[in-house]
Amino acid sequence: MDIIVSLMNGILIALEPINLGLAIIGVVVGLFVGAMPGLGSVNGVAILLPFTFVIQSFTGGATSPMIFLAAIYYGAMYGGAISSITLGIPGASTAVATTFDGRPLAMKGMAHYALVAAALASFAGGTVSNVLFTAFAPLLASVALSFGNPEIFALMLLAFATFVGLGGDDIPKTLFSICFGLVLATVGFDIVSGEPRLIFFDITGFTHGIRFLVLAIGVYGIGEMIWTINTSRYGNSMSNVDVSWSNMVDALKRFREAWRGTVIGSLLGFFVGILPAAGATPGSLMSYGVTKMLSRNPEEYGKGAIDGVAAPEAANNSASTGAMLPMMTLGIPGSPTTAVLLAGMVIWGLQPGPLLFTNQPEFVWPLIGSFYISNLVAVLVNLAFIPVFLWMLRMPFTILAPLIFVLSLVGTYAAYMDMFDVWLMVIVGVGAFFLRLLDYPVAPAVLAIVLGPIAEPKLRQSLLLSDGDFSIFFTRPIAGPITVVAIILILLPLLKVIRDRFRGTSKAAS
Amino acid sequence: MRRAEIVTAVILGIFSVYLMWKSGEPPSWNPDVPRFANIGMIEGEGPGSGFWPFWLSGIMLICCVWIGFNWYRRTSPPSQSEEPFLDSYGKRILALVGAGLLGFLILIHIIGFYGAILVFMFYYMKVLGRHGWGVTTLVGVGLVVFSFFFFDIAMRIVLPKGYLEPLFIPLYDMFL
Repeated sequence: MDIIVSLMNGILIALEPINLGLAIIGVVVGLFVGAMPGLGSVNGVAILLPFTFVIQSFTGGATSPMIFLAAIYYGAMYGGAISSITLGIPGASTAVATTFDGRPLAMKGMAHYALVAAALASFAGGTVSNVLFTAFAPLLASVALSFGNPEIFALMLLAFATFVGLGGDDIPKTLFSICFGLVLATVGFDIVSGEPRLIFFDITGFTHGIRFLVLAIGVYGIGEMIWTINTSRYGNSMSNVDVSWSNMVDALKRFREAWRGTVIGSLLGFFVGILPAAGATPGSLMSYGVTKMLSRNPEEYGKGAIDGVAAPEAANNSASTGAMLPMMTLGIPGSPTTAVLLAGMVIWGLQPGPLLFTNQPEFVWPLIGSFYISNLVAVLVNLAFIPVFLWMLRMPFTILAPLIFVLSLVGTYAAYMDMFDVWLMVIVGVGAFFLRLLDYPVAPAVLAIVLGPIAEPKLRQSLLLSDGDFSIFFTRPIAGPITVVAIILILLPLLKVIRDRFRGTSKAAS
Repeated sequence: MRRAEIVTAVILGIFSVYLMWKSGEPPSWNPDVPRFANIGMIEGEGPGSGFWPFWLSGIMLICCVWIGFNWYRRTSPPSQSEEPFLDSYGKRILALVGAGLLGFLILIHIIGFYGAILVFMFYYMKVLGRHGWGVTTLVGVGLVVFSFFFFDIAMRIVLPKGYLEPLFIPLYDMFL
């Protein structure tokens, strides 16, 4: 009961005109920053952090600045889906999985289904995570703490296992793609020993590693665009989208088909989001994989399944709230964006940690209240802007294609301010196009390069802990079952291949 | 397509071997350490720096052999296909788009992002897309103006401007 009263008081403070206005501005800014390739919530929050001091000088407390930053965070999580669906370029790493089905839907002239599903699933994910956050914050913080190195590695293994199903039927090419992504993730300085690794031809640009966005924009921006030009033979427009009310209402109705992905994404995303060092990207990727695995029609995924858009979008929004939980209750940021938010809280004189809820309730509850308000504002703003996003798709392809090439190059530079990355991105894009011609799935490589930097240190620290004994992943109460499930999931497609071969041989013999 | 499948598998297999060899490289500051000393467990340190990439590259190599085996048995779609890897249209498009992108990248170093964007948009829309001068100019200039105000002014992400840098100084004076 106390929680409900505190939350209501918090929502009332968040609804004060100044705070509501900041939430609306923050959501709109975040939406556009998130939609821009190469820029994500972390850029928006970091760049606008100094602006919050101006807000603080007017309002006097830490609540309004924090509400503004949280609104940017929400807006950016919604915005990431827009460029994934309309342009095929993931706005941020959290929106990569949205590209898998969002882009094919746009190509079929059904971008409105994808955009509406993304907005509503994001809203559902945000709401579920807000409720879980409000009710169980201290309890969930202790659960997150029980995840040590072996448990997090087991979870990453589970994520890789779900990827095996992402690549289609060609198991060796999918496995190759996963391992290739994981190896590319090791380029640069080893964070455990400090040794340089895989610095190809002693080119200094490789010392900072191959960054995720370089690979993602290369594959989905350049590679995908060349592929589309080659297959569409310069059709007049990318897709014929009819921006009408009846279409929008139809899209709202069809969202019912996405209930499974929305539920899985909301719950799994929140759980992965609260784990330290995990964040929204693994949450969205795992949700996509699990939803596909549990679907009755897994073959439709990657070709334009609405569930395939809803699951990662629900998950990345849910995880973004989840990542706030260890930040506020333990002082541990779950993602780069929450690290910036944590810095903001410390600058404003707050002390994140277990005592934050009891010592500074006048800050905590309005902030939680603003999560609910920002989530509602974000879905309304997003739905209102959908006709504008759809308009982009009606452009002639000979205008849209160079726009996408330019945004890919500028976005890559803007993310890291390094021309080496821009060259590498284009080379990766052309390489991805050739590999795609031969049915090599590139999505698992992109996903692996995100999870590789999390998985490798956890594996090595676990083995250091166990003195090189791999049984540590099987004997611990949480890590054991997760590892066993992951291994079964990896072996299932292999067993299917062997079974099919055996049946083929028997038929031939008979 | 069938020939491209096996040629790619062989190239990727050789690349996997190179990655295994490269993973075992000793640190440059201690060349006395033998190659491949870092791919196993190191006393008191756990797995070495080459442990993860070496064994993953090994799995990549196995996958390439497996792909070759599937090619031999003609079980994968590309190994059954008699179509060309890239038809004449594909080759032409790749050359035109590739040349445009290469030119864009080189021009960034000379006339900066904004100049290069303008040239690339004119090349793509006017030469490849055959749009009129009006539309091409509107989109090209509009994109440059939007990019400048979004990145340089709003986000404070300064894009390289090459030899065109002096043209932007009055704009900085006005807007920053």
